[in-house]
Amino acid sequence: MGPRFLLLLSIAAVSLVSFLFTGHPQASWPLGQMDDYLLNILILAGINVILAVSLNIVNGHTGQFSLGHAGFMAVGAYGSATLTQINSKACLASLAFLGNAAPLGLFVLSLLAGGVLAALAGLAVGLPSLRLKGDYLAIVTLGFGEIIRVMIQNTEALGGARGLAGIPSQTSLGWTWGVSLLSIYCVGSLVNSTYGRGFLAVRDDEIAAEAMGVNTTRYKVTAFVVGAFFAGLAGALYAHFIGYITPEGFSFLKSVDVVVMVILGGMGSTAGVTVAAIALTFLNEALREAEQYRMVAFALLLIILMITRPQGLLGGLGRWLPGKGGKS
Amino acid sequence: MSELLRLEKVTVRFGGLVAVSEVDFHVAEGELVGLIGPNGAGKTTLFNLVTGVYTPTTGRICLGGREVDGLNSSEITGMGVARTFQNIRLFNSLSVLDNVIAAFNLHLESGFFGALWRGAAFRAQEAQIQEEAMALLEIFGLREAAHTPCRSLPYGDQRRLEIVRALATRPKLLLLDEPAAGMNPTEKIELMRLIRFTQERFKLAVLLVEHDMKVVMGICERIAVLEYGRKIAEGTPTEIQKDKRVIAAYLGEEVADA
Repeated sequence: MGPRFLLLLSIAAVSLVSFLFTGHPQASWPLGQMDDYLLNILILAGINVILAVSLNIVNGHTGQFSLGHAGFMAVGAYGSATLTQINSKACLASLAFLGNAAPLGLFVLSLLAGGVLAALAGLAVGLPSLRLKGDYLAIVTLGFGEIIRVMIQNTEALGGARGLAGIPSQTSLGWTWGVSLLSIYCVGSLVNSTYGRGFLAVRDDEIAAEAMGVNTTRYKVTAFVVGAFFAGLAGALYAHFIGYITPEGFSFLKSVDVVVMVILGGMGSTAGVTVAAIALTFLNEALREAEQYRMVAFALLLIILMITRPQGLLGGLGRWLPGKGGKS
Repeated sequence: MSELLRLEKVTVRFGGLVAVSEVDFHVAEGELVGLIGPNGAGKTTLFNLVTGVYTPTTGRICLGGREVDGLNSSEITGMGVARTFQNIRLFNSLSVLDNVIAAFNLHLESGFFGALWRGAAFRAQEAQIQEEAMALLEIFGLREAAHTPCRSLPYGDQRRLEIVRALATRPKLLLLDEPAAGMNPTEKIELMRLIRFTQERFKLAVLLVEHDMKVVMGICERIAVLEYGRKIAEGTPTEIQKDKRVIAAYLGEEVADA
């Protein structure tokens, strides 16, 4: 699928979702103020889309099994909050030349800082660990996620286990979906190019890929860094949406949530993963009353899907479409 | 003709097993050389040495005068060595065309950022690669199948696609690992024609590992014979056919002292 098509598809999905739900009577939703509630879910959905699409380039397109996405998200969240909450006075002062736009400028800067920090973390984790394959890589990335969490828990400057409160809530629907469209565009563009065929080649057969001149290590690290960058952005957006972050919020379970979105949507299918991320966010909210049974529903969903459509919702579709990326 | 590949006293050990032992060997530009030997003689190991999958325990491997020790496979491919595999290794989830396009990676001028920005230079490059890939497929009669999944190709076509994919890396030396395996006699004759055609058309040196004597004797200019990791003979097909040690290696020794 061409990246432009993906962009259109996701815009359509966003508008469809908002259209479907804004028409409903407010009473049908648990919280009184329905519009705020819906807005919140839509923002969460956008953040989940970023997470799922960015994990998809690692797990789906490049075929490496990473379980540490929440770790990169945490790096982004805490990294950005360091600018806007912990050191906000100094940062705002240095951006004083922007006048009234200083807080906004700082927000954008903190988003970028979150993304770049996470990307650096991705590089640091990826370089040594991407020599490993399959289960071993999964274990290392899982370990990385836990290390990040425990480190934050024990760093008083970051609020430790109590978490970090009072992060200015600046994340809006526009920012979230702006970034998620950006992530969809970037991942889609990368994969739909001669350069990007390298990711798929690595996934399909590493030995053959090397023999065809594809530097597999470089591709794997690149996928990791790109994935981590967007996970960092998602973390930064999340921190400035929820306003209060704790290390527990970025536990192993969060990584699993994202992996489930990727598997449900179809490994390597950006459109499918986007749809799955949105659907699961809404399902999660719809099942909020069922509390613990939510996870049972997710597990069942996953099992049913594995039996009926092992390639995922939209996996395997549109891969043989002719004439992509070629003629201008 | 200048020398393309040279092996000097190359040995490789896996634990106690000596898979290749002190092999001297060379391939010149544009040559078609065969490499034969009984099962387990070390032919595929030799391929893996040349393509950087293994590193020699002792000895030197030079490509165009440059030692390749310590380079990884993709760098060696960048120096003009491409290969096919004994058991076909295509990129199974990709279409026929995408398999070939993936192999153009080596010669990209706009990579990561080009793919993101998708500017004019990038689009021109993509269009050109698509055209070249299609032209290659056309030569090998696979153009019609370009947009089908490579898995759905018949066996012989998959082998041909592997050759096309290898050619997309613009090699000077093409290594073919048992290309005739599993082919029927008609397919084998077609394969021989194809190998010769490829060699002439792309001005390649070809190193061929093959069990099928008809194929090897039919097209190779020079043949080297391996047995238990050692090179026991080298020469023209006629010389090899008469070589006592080769006959012994394949059929067993005549009873001595009889």
